[in-house]
Amino acid sequence: MKLLADRRRHPMALVVLLLVGLLLTGGAYALFTQTSSAKADTASASDIESGKKLFAANCATCHGLSGEGSKTGPGLIGVGASAVDFQVGTGRMPLQANGPQARVKEPQFNDEQTAQLAAYVGSLGPGPAIPAEENLDASKGDPAAGGGLFRTNCAMCHNVVGAGGALTRGKYAPNLSGVSGKHLYEAMQTGPQNMPIFNDANLTPDDKRDVIAYVNEVTQTTSPGGFKLGSLGPVAEGLFIWFFGLGAVIAMTVWLSSRAK
Amino acid sequence: MTSKEHSGGGSQLEELNGFTNPGLVEHVPRLSDGDPKADRVAERQVAAWFIASMIGTIWFIVSYFLFVPGESMSSIRLHNTSVGLGAALAMFSLGAGAVLWAKNLMSDHEGIDERHDISGSEEDQAVALEILHQAKEESGIARRPLLRNTLIAALAIAPLPAVLVFRDLGPLPGDMMFHTLWDKGVRLIRDPGGIPSADSERPIKAEDVTIGSAYHVLPSGIGADDGPDRPINEKAKAAVLLMRINPNELKEDPARKDWSHDGIVAYSKICTHVGCPVALYEHQTHHLLCPCHQSTFDVTEHCKVIFGPAKRPLPQLPITVDSEGYLVAQSDFAEPVGPTFWEINHP
Repeated sequence: MKLLADRRRHPMALVVLLLVGLLLTGGAYALFTQTSSAKADTASASDIESGKKLFAANCATCHGLSGEGSKTGPGLIGVGASAVDFQVGTGRMPLQANGPQARVKEPQFNDEQTAQLAAYVGSLGPGPAIPAEENLDASKGDPAAGGGLFRTNCAMCHNVVGAGGALTRGKYAPNLSGVSGKHLYEAMQTGPQNMPIFNDANLTPDDKRDVIAYVNEVTQTTSPGGFKLGSLGPVAEGLFIWFFGLGAVIAMTVWLSSRAK
Repeated sequence: MTSKEHSGGGSQLEELNGFTNPGLVEHVPRLSDGDPKADRVAERQVAAWFIASMIGTIWFIVSYFLFVPGESMSSIRLHNTSVGLGAALAMFSLGAGAVLWAKNLMSDHEGIDERHDISGSEEDQAVALEILHQAKEESGIARRPLLRNTLIAALAIAPLPAVLVFRDLGPLPGDMMFHTLWDKGVRLIRDPGGIPSADSERPIKAEDVTIGSAYHVLPSGIGADDGPDRPINEKAKAAVLLMRINPNELKEDPARKDWSHDGIVAYSKICTHVGCPVALYEHQTHHLLCPCHQSTFDVTEHCKVIFGPAKRPLPQLPITVDSEGYLVAQSDFAEPVGPTFWEINHP
């Protein structure tokens, strides 16, 4: 301990302390943000019955006892099983707090309960169903075609490589890295929150599969070198060069013009 | 220019404009001055940097051949990173060694170069004045106002031909700014992304545009092959965003009531500020946000500006359906799309 105490005023002590702090927070964050994946089941009458109970207990306060909606929440008749699977499966619903938009959090229901809720809401009125497995297989999609569709229809909000971006008044388009193909498909199909709907007439199921293939491709590709800085473009890059680039230039100038000891 | 030797302050303090000249900082000899041991250390330090530079160069050459970029991104990353680090080490060490050499080992002589007076000597000034007087007398410019005035007039109009030939720098825009490919009966087709081509047209039926949908739209026929740049140039003007809103939420001007179809509205995607594509549509608030300068338009009220630097609403494309149920334009935009320009009201 004496060794540590003696060195606590060393000029590098602050740097070491900062590094340790950063590593600890980063490590803890990585540990707690692992997401689980879900699988779709076919709806049966008992699923609908169990879903109805779960709905009454967890969702009815805002969405109404039979999903008709209320002053505090939209009606769910006709939103389809797909919307429920997305909102509940990504943890956005049940809503935890009021805010500009629902945030992704640890899902509150397991896969079976999510499927039951989806089956119940899907039974309220015709709406988009949970996508079939064959429409989600990114290996059958064409990432190049998907890239064209993504740049035309998605990139203005989600950034060209799906890094996300800001919208008006505190709302934002989320980062798409690590989002499962099923949730990507459901988001396009149902238009969660303020995202517009891209129905099958606009982006066909094959188009959607191409988009999923593209998103997987760009979010999983290793950068060919250098820091990506979150792929956020000129803002992050400008900030970096103003602080670190100019900082290095100033440090060099101070060193060059100082008197030799 | 005079140069005087550096000497310690103190002896030559003088008052100037109420301030005492503090003199020069005393010269402090460096560690390596006079101490052969420190001198040798400094010498080795510089040599060490130069050796580090050599290592960097060799590292560059070795890793260039060792890490050959292959198909995978990680092999390209390894190649770029190692080659880059080698080059950085080689260049930085070379510079650092040179700087340390100059600072620690080269001559430590400090000298001052005094700045000379700004005004010239009296003789020089007299000669210059004499030349000016002589020029005035010999040219007679003061005695001959006719020559003076015609010279000034000739010089004033001489640049006019240059202004004239600016016109030849390119074709004038003509009425290009006032018209797009949209016209009566032109079908709305999906924007396939990239440069539009003639064979990929997918027209849109009104029933396919469900509430909350957003379609990126181009005019039918934009892909026709009339010159290499035409489709992309026309796309830059004719791009449209198509949205369907619950008709109860639309607050429409009675004069433009029939420009929409059953809650389906079409607006130019080109921002009226500086022309970025405005396509960040929020289907619950019906805000359209421009990503460049955050101009925000309210789609329910004819895209009026509710925030940001844009000064006029996005132009609306009047639409209707044809006999087969496909969405078609009623006419071109009623006003020019994109950034406002001087002659906007004088087509």
